[in-house]
Amino acid sequence: MTSTILIVGAGQAGAQAVDTLRREGFEGRLVLIGDEPHLPYQRPPLSKQFLAGEMAADRLPFRHQAFYEQHRVELKLGLPALSIDPGARLVTLADEQALSYDRLLLSTGARSRPLSCPGADLPGIHYLRAIADVDAIRAALRPGARVIIIGGGYIGLETAATARKLGCAVTVLEMADRVMNRVVASSVSEYFEHEHRTQGVKIICNTRVVRLEGTRSVERVVCADRSSYEADLLIAGIGAVPETRLAAEAGLACENGIVVDSHCRTSDPAIYAAGDCTNHPSARFGMRVRLESVDNAFEQGKSAALNMQGRATVHDRVPWFWSDQFDNKLLIVGLSQGFDQQVLRGDPATRAFTVCYLKGGELIAVEAVNHSKDYMAGRKLIAERARPDIDKLADPQIPLKDTI
Amino acid sequence: MPRIAFIGTDGTRREIDAPAGVTLMETAREHGVRGIVAQCGGACACATCHIYVSPQWMAKLPPAEDMEEGMLESAWEPRPNSRLSCQIHLTGALDGLEVTVPERQGS
Repeated sequence: MTSTILIVGAGQAGAQAVDTLRREGFEGRLVLIGDEPHLPYQRPPLSKQFLAGEMAADRLPFRHQAFYEQHRVELKLGLPALSIDPGARLVTLADEQALSYDRLLLSTGARSRPLSCPGADLPGIHYLRAIADVDAIRAALRPGARVIIIGGGYIGLETAATARKLGCAVTVLEMADRVMNRVVASSVSEYFEHEHRTQGVKIICNTRVVRLEGTRSVERVVCADRSSYEADLLIAGIGAVPETRLAAEAGLACENGIVVDSHCRTSDPAIYAAGDCTNHPSARFGMRVRLESVDNAFEQGKSAALNMQGRATVHDRVPWFWSDQFDNKLLIVGLSQGFDQQVLRGDPATRAFTVCYLKGGELIAVEAVNHSKDYMAGRKLIAERARPDIDKLADPQIPLKDTI
Repeated sequence: MPRIAFIGTDGTRREIDAPAGVTLMETAREHGVRGIVAQCGGACACATCHIYVSPQWMAKLPPAEDMEEGMLESAWEPRPNSRLSCQIHLTGALDGLEVTVPERQGS
């Protein structure tokens, strides 16, 4: 009988593991360790309602203090774990206390990828991943403030939309030829670029930042074409890096994340991992993936909790993602990597359309802009490995669910 | 402070005093109501906080917007009184609201 489970990382995956462990009858000692001084909280609102000041801080936590007390969860918050000794099964925390475990879950997440150009160490460069980041950014989001955002991905564009709504003069600098180029079709990129521009956000693609300048703190961004942009506030959203330091130092296999199997097991039989920090197999898509998403953190956190209790559970879900920008909702399900056919459903001019991806005739991903019906139907069809009729698929009058 | 009744699939009734100003989903999550998953946290992106509203209360709720309607269409066993609990904002006028949790969540 497992008597002590430690969870290092108090984000979505860690919180879900706690929930599942207690709900499914784990009676032993349960300790949740987190770097931040906050109860486990939701990150998606950070770049949206919370940054905008529309959502109070007390609505961010998944659960309040009483829940953890009631379920006998020991919280070690604001106390980073320093090291793992897998032989002795010990985790040492920042205050030097050592905790022993029978099972350990690493749900350490990812951290913002830092800028690396000259000037990247200047004070005043912001990233957006945690409550403390938002607290530092929010005060500067005043009407008229010149906000420069490096990176036109989800975080960059969501932050741009929020800053623009607050009246800032917002410029997004993107290195690729279109925004969100790694995650969506070009028609979806074009649509969102148009939406941002209509709202007054300046989006500049094909622009590589080569240098940051400033005397006491960052004041200016200089690009490869010698253009430069004055910044009252600079935010970089150029991706995330899996937090693998503890795992790697403990000798666990790591390669673009902590390597786990379909049961969330690492290379050490007593240690499991879940969430953004993992590199895991997807049977549905026939490849290893590392996903940065609420859905994956939630599902892996749950699977890991069941597996740690000896209840063999395979994690193999069709992943999904979403992004809110101005009044637009982008809903994505599946993984489009390796597609051989792309089908557009509907007309972007109507502000609701969908891009479907197929591989060998099978539907593998759906990107739905303001179209929840297609998104939900896509979830089902992708899981069922459905092979839609292409002519029907291209006809937006035919519901996606009726295309097979 | 509206009092909300959650009825489980086994018929068990659980009454919770909810603060006004939060959503029905947030109240359910805070109190660990079984069957409310709420994976996306209220972004109307997952349909895992689906509930059935007692018929006498349906007309008292602001109607679902298109985005919610579209999510519900492929939710697990949708009915005419289906709603996503993340889209129901609690007010004093909803004191006594009664909802039933479906057997499953998701599509």
